[in-house]
Amino acid sequence: MAVKIEEVQSRSALTYRVEDGVAVITFDQPDERVNTLSPDVRAEFERMLDRARDDAAVKAVVFISGKKDNFIAGAKIDYLQKLTIAEDAEKVSRDAQQGFGRLEAFPKPVVAAIHGSALGGGLEWALACTYRVATDSPKTSLGQPEVQLGLMPGAGGTQRLPRLIGAQAALDLILTGRAIRAQKARKLGLVDEVVPPPILLAVAKQRALEIASGKLTVNRKRGLVSGGKGVSGLLKGLARKEAWAELALQDNPLGRKILFDQARKALLKKTRGKYPAPEKALEAMRVGLESGMENGLATESRFFGELVVSDVSRRLVEIFFATTELKRESGASDPKVKPRPVKKVGVLGGGLMGSGIAYVTAANVGVPVRIKEKDDPSVGRAFKAVRSVLDERVKKRSITAREATAKMALVTGGADLQGFGNADLIIEAVFEDLRLKKDVLRDVEAITRDDCIFASNTSSLPISQIAEGAKRPQNVIGMHYFSPVPKMPLLEIITTPQTGDWVIATCVDVGRKQGKTVIVVNDGVGFYTSRIIAPYMNEAADLLAEGADVEELDKALVDFGFPVGPITLLDEVGIDVAAKVAKILHEAFGDRLGAPEVLEKFVEEGRLGRKNQKGFYTYDGKKKRVDESAYALLPYGADRKHFDPREMAERCTLQMVNEAIRCLGENILRSPRDGDIGAIFGLGFPAYLGGPFRYADALGPAALLEILDHWQQKLGSRFEPAPLLRDLAAKGKRFYGS
Amino acid sequence: MAKTQLMNGKRRAAIVKGLRTPFEKAGTVFSQLTALDLGRIVVQELVQRSELDPEQIDEVIFGQVVPGVTAPSIAREVVLASGLPRSIQAHTVARACATSIQALTDAVNSIAVGVSDVAIVGGTESMSDVPVYASRPLAQALVEASRGKNLPEKLRAFQRLSPKDLVPIPPAIAEYSTGLTMGESAEKMAMENGISRKEQDEIALASHQRAARAWHEGRFNDQVIHVPVPPSFEKVADKDNIIREDTSLEALSQLRPVFDRKYGSVTAGNSSPLTDGAAALLVMSEEKAKALGYEPLGFVRAYAYAATDPADQLLQGPAYAAPVALERAQMTLSDIDLFEMHEAFASQVASNLQAFASLEFAKKMGRAAPLGEVDRSKLNVNGGSIALGHPFAATGARVVRQALGELKRSNLNTALCTVCAAGGLGAAIILERV
Repeated sequence: MAVKIEEVQSRSALTYRVEDGVAVITFDQPDERVNTLSPDVRAEFERMLDRARDDAAVKAVVFISGKKDNFIAGAKIDYLQKLTIAEDAEKVSRDAQQGFGRLEAFPKPVVAAIHGSALGGGLEWALACTYRVATDSPKTSLGQPEVQLGLMPGAGGTQRLPRLIGAQAALDLILTGRAIRAQKARKLGLVDEVVPPPILLAVAKQRALEIASGKLTVNRKRGLVSGGKGVSGLLKGLARKEAWAELALQDNPLGRKILFDQARKALLKKTRGKYPAPEKALEAMRVGLESGMENGLATESRFFGELVVSDVSRRLVEIFFATTELKRESGASDPKVKPRPVKKVGVLGGGLMGSGIAYVTAANVGVPVRIKEKDDPSVGRAFKAVRSVLDERVKKRSITAREATAKMALVTGGADLQGFGNADLIIEAVFEDLRLKKDVLRDVEAITRDDCIFASNTSSLPISQIAEGAKRPQNVIGMHYFSPVPKMPLLEIITTPQTGDWVIATCVDVGRKQGKTVIVVNDGVGFYTSRIIAPYMNEAADLLAEGADVEELDKALVDFGFPVGPITLLDEVGIDVAAKVAKILHEAFGDRLGAPEVLEKFVEEGRLGRKNQKGFYTYDGKKKRVDESAYALLPYGADRKHFDPREMAERCTLQMVNEAIRCLGENILRSPRDGDIGAIFGLGFPAYLGGPFRYADALGPAALLEILDHWQQKLGSRFEPAPLLRDLAAKGKRFYGS
Repeated sequence: MAKTQLMNGKRRAAIVKGLRTPFEKAGTVFSQLTALDLGRIVVQELVQRSELDPEQIDEVIFGQVVPGVTAPSIAREVVLASGLPRSIQAHTVARACATSIQALTDAVNSIAVGVSDVAIVGGTESMSDVPVYASRPLAQALVEASRGKNLPEKLRAFQRLSPKDLVPIPPAIAEYSTGLTMGESAEKMAMENGISRKEQDEIALASHQRAARAWHEGRFNDQVIHVPVPPSFEKVADKDNIIREDTSLEALSQLRPVFDRKYGSVTAGNSSPLTDGAAALLVMSEEKAKALGYEPLGFVRAYAYAATDPADQLLQGPAYAAPVALERAQMTLSDIDLFEMHEAFASQVASNLQAFASLEFAKKMGRAAPLGEVDRSKLNVNGGSIALGHPFAATGARVVRQALGELKRSNLNTALCTVCAAGGLGAAIILERV
């Protein structure tokens, strides 16, 4: 029996102990890497609070996490996912609000001691405490990331945060979902004190006792009086620019209205009305500031309930789970195969892609990178490219100047292959030419160890063709990065039937350490991403040929949810590059992926896009606009026709969706999940739709088939539905869960 | 034939690889860099090009003759700034211009006694970034002010200063004990040993002509790295920039003496210039080099340091060290195929060689016979410090690497390298290829 009680205690998430008159409540969920919130945990916490209240020897409470580098990661997502009725979700929010309300009103001071991430409900918990102490560790971060999952703070965050740090700062945190470090949080007033990790608990206990004894009074006046005591304090306050902005924008009804109107406008420009969560969060904050906390909380939980069961949130949560799942997969077909250590990476070619790959390797993997370029000045340019990404991060304070120097020290290079002999992985990023790629592979094989991996960063050439004639074809693989490499989240790994399992697992591991979301696809012309973007771009070019207006076309796709329009993308990628890839795919797949003549004409005229400042748009340093002279090369000339934007968006998007389904049918893709992740993270497919396959499922395969048939009749065989789609539609099945 | 091993049967140290940056006139290509920048660049490149697993490195020994105030523990800073494993221990050495010879022989010793298997040694110097000191009164006032509790107290510390106290003091290239500058000492040696202006200029001319030829024939290609110069990386330093290919005896003879304008013979043309640069060597025990599959450039057979009274002939150190090193190697001068002598000044080179051959000098040292005449065609065949430049702490490693390169090119076996140094110090080291 005694054993049993001990067991129950040891399985409990929260522990209670009294030290020096302070009740220390430690949150440490058993068998979990991070703490998450659920109603059970909160209920247990309240029971402990009752104990602390009733114990006369307890003067104050400290709330701390027992995890290594985590305070509370937020609400348990799987728990929310089980809710299917908005009212149920609303009630969960109500309960949490009331719980934290009781915490806020607790008669003894409660100090939150924060080390590690305090996110979402975790931060809301801390907000309801009397005082917050955080560690200065880089692991400590605070934020309300709910909108990233199509949700919003639902436990008082939309109310307490603006009251604590001001509407402007609160809008920024809640609408973007970004997390901030402790020092920044201290500046905003989100935490009261920042301390080194080893003394966190001691300081928290001391402050708790000081507040209890009245020695410390918590006074968090913001604005012009925040500079400190006395005249010099007032002067300091007056010198603060933000204080004046605060006074002008948020501390009076008119200013607040302007602030919220501006925020809404900026938001809609970004979301195009496709993502309701930030809009609702903004509205709940506005209601709370205008008609009081009570109304604000009611609005918050009502909206929260609606969002939990919304389609957009479902899609975003699915994406979140899919990426989490991907992070656990080795990529190899045999789960027993483990990645081998990679201690040195070689990069062939230090251009835009090569230097980007060098950057993510040095900065994120933290191993030496050796770059080969054709001559010394090119080596210098590659170094400069890496350095400038680091400098940008220093400027944004995401790393220190010393950290940047240390990362840069991992990057070396030269005009020959010296130093490549002991590389574990060599990634080529030379010009897109099969002959050239085969040549560099041969050169590298001659000087490397037998277990050195050769990865090609081709965007279209089949890996098996590159590997043809290789000494060690089992070591050859594709690592397709997206430009700009430091920013784009996806890495598409391409395997041939010969590629070794350990080679796949090792590359997936490296990609993940580089900070990428990695999908593994099978070999084929254009693999997955390049292949599905081709018909999308072709369709856009066809629309231009039919007389569509460049700007209207781009706007149609941006309004639909793509980050940039297809014609802007053409200019960015380079019209010659796009034409080249289009031609390769045309040759491989026939007229269905026929390359539009329009592009050829542009290339002939020397219009290559942004790189030579001559494309569809102007690049004269002034505001970007359509280059009217480009229309001379298009049918209908300057006389553009108006197309229904929805029709334009549908034509382009469905081309991409249909091709994605073909890729799944032809086993290029291992799963619809990988296809969705690849399209969203690599090509900017609208996340609110959940990816091509989730979108197809939402429409229903039969309905999608009908739409494609309609376009096929109207526009020709390029809309011929994928065989797999016909098959699923006939069987009444879906891509997911059938 | 059994291999001769260093000093009483201890393990022999192999030099596996050696690199240096181009040596650049102070205030030119590397003017924005620190000595640490140069040091880490050459070490990074050495580790990468040797394709060595950095975990294998047991120690880094590095030096800088004019250390900066911000990174005085240069060896350790080089490790930390090179992206090497932070677990690699390091120590900083100083032996004036023989500093990187000292770094090398430290590694030779620790390999010999078996406490180390793989070491990176070298030196780095930026004469573009020398620390400039405040005068003693100003320094005292600053320290006092920093202790002041309030503004008046802080200001009071400066009251006693006179304007001349505000003039900053550059580092001296002068002997602390004698007050003589290096140039004055070189001048003294020229006079006392009767070294003519013409002989000095001939040594300088040979230095330039031979260095220029070595570059033309690509003899330095595997010794000198190309450096895209941070932070902009727009310029690439790929060559030494002090060598005057087109200089002549005539041009050199036009230059005016710098240190003794009236009676002197030491000019900017026959002295080594202020230089920025770094050099490093990868040193291993013979067994380790073999086990890792490296073909050593050569081995250290023996070395010696010696000293003379700085008030006497300051830069005569090599003449004292060389006989000891040869004795330890159980060799005579005739066993040496190649001579590599650091050229601080042409008058010093001529004086050292004169002493090598002088019976009188030998007797002064308590030796029965002089070392002998050095065949000048075997001396500094690819140029020396006058033409290549002299980044103080890097020169020793440069001299050793250059000797090993020439031994290989000419298929010779033994070399004697000497470096003179401030304080009357001299270093001599004997290298062999087999």
